[in-house]
Amino acid sequence: MSTRTTMDGNTAAAYVAYRVNEVCAIFPITPSSTMAELADQWMAEGKQNIWGNIPVVQEMQSEGGAAGAVHGALQSGALTTTFTASQGLMLMLPNMYKIAGELTATVFHVAARSLATSALSIFGDHSDIMAVRTTGFALLSSASVQEAHDSALIAQMATLEARVPFVHFFDGFRTSHELNTLDLLSDAEIRSMIDDDLVRAHRARALNPEHPFIRGTAHNPDTYFQAREAVNPYYAAVPGIVERAMQRFGAMTGRHYSLFEYEGDPEAEYVLILMGSGAETARQTVTTLRAAGEKVGVLQVRLFRPFSVEHFLAALPDTVRRIAVLEQTKEVGATGEPLYQDVVTGLADAVARGHRTTLPLVIGGRYGISSKDFTPAMVKAAIGALKANAPRKDFTVGIDDDLSHTSLPIDPTFSIEDPSSTRAVFYGLGSDGTVGANKNSVKIIAEDAGLYAQGYFVYDSHKSGAQTISHLRFGRTAIKAPYLIATAGFVACHQFVFLQRQDLLHVASPGATFLLNAPYPAEEVWDHLPRPVQQAIIDKKLRFFVIDASAVARQVGLGMRTNTILQTCFFALSGVLPRDEAIAHIKEAIRKTYGRQGQIVIDKNFAAVDAALAHLHEVAVPGNASSAIAMPPLVPSNAPDFIKSVTARMFAGQGDAIPVSQMPADGTFPSGSSAYEKRNISDIVPEWRDDLCIQCGQCSFVCPHSVIRARYYHEDRLAAAPEGFKSAVINARGYPETRFSLQFYVEDCTGCGLCVEACPVTSPREPGVKAINMVDKLPILEREKASIDFFETLPVNDRARVDFANVRGVQFLQPLFEFPGACAGCGETPYLKLLSQLFGDRMQVANATGCSSIYGGNLPVTPWTKDQEGRGPAWSNSLFEDNAEFGLGFRLAADKHLELALKLLAELSDKVGPELAQAIAAAPQIEESDIRAQRIRVAELKTKLLALPGEAAAEDLLSVVDHLVRRSIWLVGGDGWAYDIGYGGLDHVLASGRNVNVLVLDTEVYSNTGGQASKATPLGAVAKFAAAGKRTARKDLALQAIAYGNVYVAQIAMGANAQQALEAFREAEAYEGPSLILAYSHCIAHGIDMRFGMKQQDMATASGYWPLFRFNPTMRTVGENPFRLDSPRPHVKLRDYAYKEVRYRSLAQTRPAEAEAVLAAAQRVVDEKYRQYEDLAARDGSRFNPGEEQSGAPA
Amino acid sequence: MSLTTQYLGLTLKNPLVASAAPPNAHLDHLRHLEDAGAAAVVLPSLFEEQIEAETALEAQIYDLHANNSPEATSYFPEPIAGPYGVGPDAYLDLVRRARAALSIPVIASLNGATDAGWTNYAQLLQQAGAQAIELNVALVPIDITLDGREVEERILHILASVRRVVNVPVAVKLGPFVSSLGHFAMRLVEAGADGLVLFNRLVQPDIDIVRLAFDTHMPLSRPEEMRLPLLWISLLAGRLKASLAASTGVDRADDVVKALLAGADVVMTSSAVLRYGPNCLSIWLDDLRAWMTARDFKDIAELRGLMSGQKLPNKELLGRPSYMKMLGDAVMPS
Repeated sequence: MSTRTTMDGNTAAAYVAYRVNEVCAIFPITPSSTMAELADQWMAEGKQNIWGNIPVVQEMQSEGGAAGAVHGALQSGALTTTFTASQGLMLMLPNMYKIAGELTATVFHVAARSLATSALSIFGDHSDIMAVRTTGFALLSSASVQEAHDSALIAQMATLEARVPFVHFFDGFRTSHELNTLDLLSDAEIRSMIDDDLVRAHRARALNPEHPFIRGTAHNPDTYFQAREAVNPYYAAVPGIVERAMQRFGAMTGRHYSLFEYEGDPEAEYVLILMGSGAETARQTVTTLRAAGEKVGVLQVRLFRPFSVEHFLAALPDTVRRIAVLEQTKEVGATGEPLYQDVVTGLADAVARGHRTTLPLVIGGRYGISSKDFTPAMVKAAIGALKANAPRKDFTVGIDDDLSHTSLPIDPTFSIEDPSSTRAVFYGLGSDGTVGANKNSVKIIAEDAGLYAQGYFVYDSHKSGAQTISHLRFGRTAIKAPYLIATAGFVACHQFVFLQRQDLLHVASPGATFLLNAPYPAEEVWDHLPRPVQQAIIDKKLRFFVIDASAVARQVGLGMRTNTILQTCFFALSGVLPRDEAIAHIKEAIRKTYGRQGQIVIDKNFAAVDAALAHLHEVAVPGNASSAIAMPPLVPSNAPDFIKSVTARMFAGQGDAIPVSQMPADGTFPSGSSAYEKRNISDIVPEWRDDLCIQCGQCSFVCPHSVIRARYYHEDRLAAAPEGFKSAVINARGYPETRFSLQFYVEDCTGCGLCVEACPVTSPREPGVKAINMVDKLPILEREKASIDFFETLPVNDRARVDFANVRGVQFLQPLFEFPGACAGCGETPYLKLLSQLFGDRMQVANATGCSSIYGGNLPVTPWTKDQEGRGPAWSNSLFEDNAEFGLGFRLAADKHLELALKLLAELSDKVGPELAQAIAAAPQIEESDIRAQRIRVAELKTKLLALPGEAAAEDLLSVVDHLVRRSIWLVGGDGWAYDIGYGGLDHVLASGRNVNVLVLDTEVYSNTGGQASKATPLGAVAKFAAAGKRTARKDLALQAIAYGNVYVAQIAMGANAQQALEAFREAEAYEGPSLILAYSHCIAHGIDMRFGMKQQDMATASGYWPLFRFNPTMRTVGENPFRLDSPRPHVKLRDYAYKEVRYRSLAQTRPAEAEAVLAAAQRVVDEKYRQYEDLAARDGSRFNPGEEQSGAPA
Repeated sequence: MSLTTQYLGLTLKNPLVASAAPPNAHLDHLRHLEDAGAAAVVLPSLFEEQIEAETALEAQIYDLHANNSPEATSYFPEPIAGPYGVGPDAYLDLVRRARAALSIPVIASLNGATDAGWTNYAQLLQQAGAQAIELNVALVPIDITLDGREVEERILHILASVRRVVNVPVAVKLGPFVSSLGHFAMRLVEAGADGLVLFNRLVQPDIDIVRLAFDTHMPLSRPEEMRLPLLWISLLAGRLKASLAASTGVDRADDVVKALLAGADVVMTSSAVLRYGPNCLSIWLDDLRAWMTARDFKDIAELRGLMSGQKLPNKELLGRPSYMKMLGDAVMPS
């Protein structure tokens, strides 16, 4: 018995996959992670598969590892699956060839995603699928949430019979993350479709010492070829097997599928061929066009490999004259994309053999790359391209290609939306609960009220203050519209500030309802709207409603959470359900959602529902736009051209309109763009009390967003200071005329409050007042903006005169990592900022994929920036798994080019002056003053070289001359990289002895993909993939590295000892061999109030969980013990640290007895580990390898 | 010799009860208390607001970052529900495990905030196996618009509500600051209280004059604090159809004897256990037996209440004459 419900594509696919497998080997990767998370969750909950067993779910260190484990489990006879996407699928490639080559039944479920090329993209297209089409896996495509559910089973049925492994794929995000109504298969239905004889046959093929055989042999030229051809009959049988499986499935469920599904005019002349969710859009569009009399059709490809020409030809009308094959991939240099090539080949062969009389003209088109929205207007444009007198050979649709002129013009007004459906678009913040409330509304409307519903959610790339756009459709018939809403009858803006940045009302249809959450009463709000907004309301005759939801939330005690209030307003205004019925449903949903939080929270939310209706007011719309408020410019007028012409359009939500010619072809973007995006995401910001401040530098040291800057300057400068600019006499002795200022860049502040907690000063007269206090931003904003402008005119303090050796001095160093979009209160970014302050002007960074590559390199803006001389960190991200090797490559090149530069310098010594050449070659470059001196010498050298035109050696030297300034190579990444996926490479790089510096931002989980366990995850902590708590201790990467003897190793926690962290950075950089720094980074995935992140770091160290130490091999040269334990003996119980974090506490709440045992074990691990470190620290220095003579890097 | 006593209808092997204290949340500590001779244990208070604030804070932590990024709709696995669902589960599980681990009675302590909270949690505590429930009602009435009667009515209402939904005995742990404690005690018993615990110590924060902040660290009770419960137990013993527990300031075996003489059915301590360790209980029991042996008491009933207001030949001793005598005896500072 099927049940109608609502879920996303990932859940729909995993629901089946879990039930028909015994083993799942998993690794997180967007957008497939949810499937693996669910499998792990279900295992932890004891959910059974259709045979009554609980599948075993094993997290691996990488997708490569997952594929290996899958291969092994399959070879041992278990029904096995995995879930992945994109780069993950790439890492599975070698095993996929093996699994297919051995004719092994399995289904990999893939949320298809772009591959990283000049840039990474987490979004959906078929690049990854196309890259595995040669592996021998069958490729089965799903176009919707329902199909993802159904085809997961069809693929499993087919693979067991065919023995050919399957990739079952659906569009990343568009299908994997779309909520839609579907009919759920019952376990009995699933059970009835799986033939147990085939399962037993699968097991019978397994390796078994009771009747042994050998598989995985090596062949020679005499037999390998024949062995490859031996599989042909199996592949020939696949289409028939899949077809029969689809028929059996159809007979049971009434949902009929075919390998190639044609829909349209039986005598169509123009046909589109495509697969994936775009086929749904094409089908719906073609239906509309046919109603207008067009002879058009669409052929949806489900089974892409093996490509059955026979089935393809049978599905295609004989009348077709022109075909456009639309693909979500780009195969550079080919005659066309892969599906195009199959279609052309199949048709040409059919004509040549007389199976078809005419050869249609076939053109190829690219669409939907990286989740570019694919709309009915684009479908129409593609058909239009077919009808052209001389259709172009290939095209793109959905972009403006003004470079190669491939793009089709589209008619933005074309729409096929069902007029009876309700369409609503909501603009919110990630943190305001808008998306959660909308997901909840979808559930209410689909599951409680029995309508069909669809929800799709678009996020920007910032981790703090991210904007979300929710697209919701509701109707009485199934919603098959996998594209964004272009015209909505209900538009809600949940954050007033958005109105000043973007045109939100372009999506409102005439007469639509516009709900605004505004901090103004109904009678005043009109005057606060920017003029273009007023005009749009008037022009579109919108009904305009306003509520101060934030005030209501505060009033009922819900703090910042406006979700329930605004959800109530939506139901009250949209009419999607009768109001009373809707309110009853909302309250029931509240009871369900907040039940576990107790009556107090439920009561508050009930009060919010009631108060929402009382505070919702319609605004009388005047006849004329009267506002003097214009949309403020998104970037300052002095911003660079690229920022103004390209970046600013992304800020405005108009990135889709940026033409091809304006995009860098090779992925190169300017540094320092984050300074131009004044996001103003926090209403509260720190304010400085110059009278209380002791100028210690702690606040700027911990600031994750580099919004606290310090400068000292001569008091005469104050003559030009604006009113309200704050300044204090510097508290260093002997500089009475020198002033000190701390400036807070309030528009960039996220309001995390770490600075306030770090401030050691309390007022002697005012309770609770520190030298930094959080205050409302609005009243001080203009004053602070003027102060910032003035502050920036103050000279940047000379690095050569600043004492780097203490925290206080570091505040005067300019951060070359600023305003990242990281989470408010991020524990990682303070380390990166420090790194950039210390070495930024000569630093090259290899950044592993993860949080740090996203806040470090995700457009529209990036935080790595330049100093006033134009120098700054040169940053790049290669992949997740290869970062150590990538960074080592930096070093190898730098070493080679330094060697070359020195050789050329020696050759040119006479021409540039022997003294200069000698001074450059022999320069010490440890202290900042050394570096400054060397820079002056190199500048002089450049001048001299430029005066030698035509001299090849001089020109060669100029090309590598920058290497004469000591280059600092940093390999940065998270624990997922260092402990798991990149560990083999990291180990190798550390063992190489080369001078690279590795900074591990250790959050102890895969933070970027949502908190999955890594080998750094501590014993007893709950994480995804360790839903029942991790039962092994974290890997001691530090001790492993120390074992090499010649690796500098430091374990640091800024919040526990900032000075030690600073010293570790400097020592690591100065060390001529490999260095490894493990930096404790508190994280939202720990479940803490981020304001106390640094305090929690301190607790981690105080409890002995995270002891601080440094292992400096150079100490051996002076006969000292290289291992120094920098933190005192544990004086806090692990419990007192751990139970401040949700990740530990949640196990204690749900499985207290287990939690207690695990905590006791964890305490033992901590105690023993500390003893181990104490033993090391107490040793005689001679008891370390290598010996004194070998310490340090190889010569 | 028998040290057996009755408390809330439960038969206890002796009159020493470990009162609610944070270490009582740990099974090993509870076992230690039992081994040292405790006749019953009171688990630490389940505070409704604390549980709800914690779950609300956690929910806030969950929610704040949920649906914030295309890569992660959440940062934690869904909580796996325990036998009581997800919520005050850890506490209820403690009750269940304490029952399983101990042979002495386990008394749960509840401090509610809402009517629904009091009754819901009381039912859950009973389901989890608590053999009695102690209602921790001692709060500072910070709302100065409430008069004393309203504060008392509120407590009576809570008691009556809880009484309606549970079958296990219910004790009320009071603070001493009530206009007419005796009368209020009587009303509590009429409303269904099976016993009274005298007294709860209110949180009395200190002020840190360096940081200009409140210091809410709660010091252990001092022996001299026992005088107030001693007074009231003497006054109430024998006059109420309810058990009486002496709590606060019990520091030595002598104090146990005093409380029993005053009329307590049980003597509760946590400060002494924290100060000296659970083994102090076994020493007290030995000392109690020695004291009884020396005076040839065969059981607790013989000595209980000997010094209560009811039994003393001169009842006035506890009234104004007593006050005057104490004033007269006081040594004036020179």
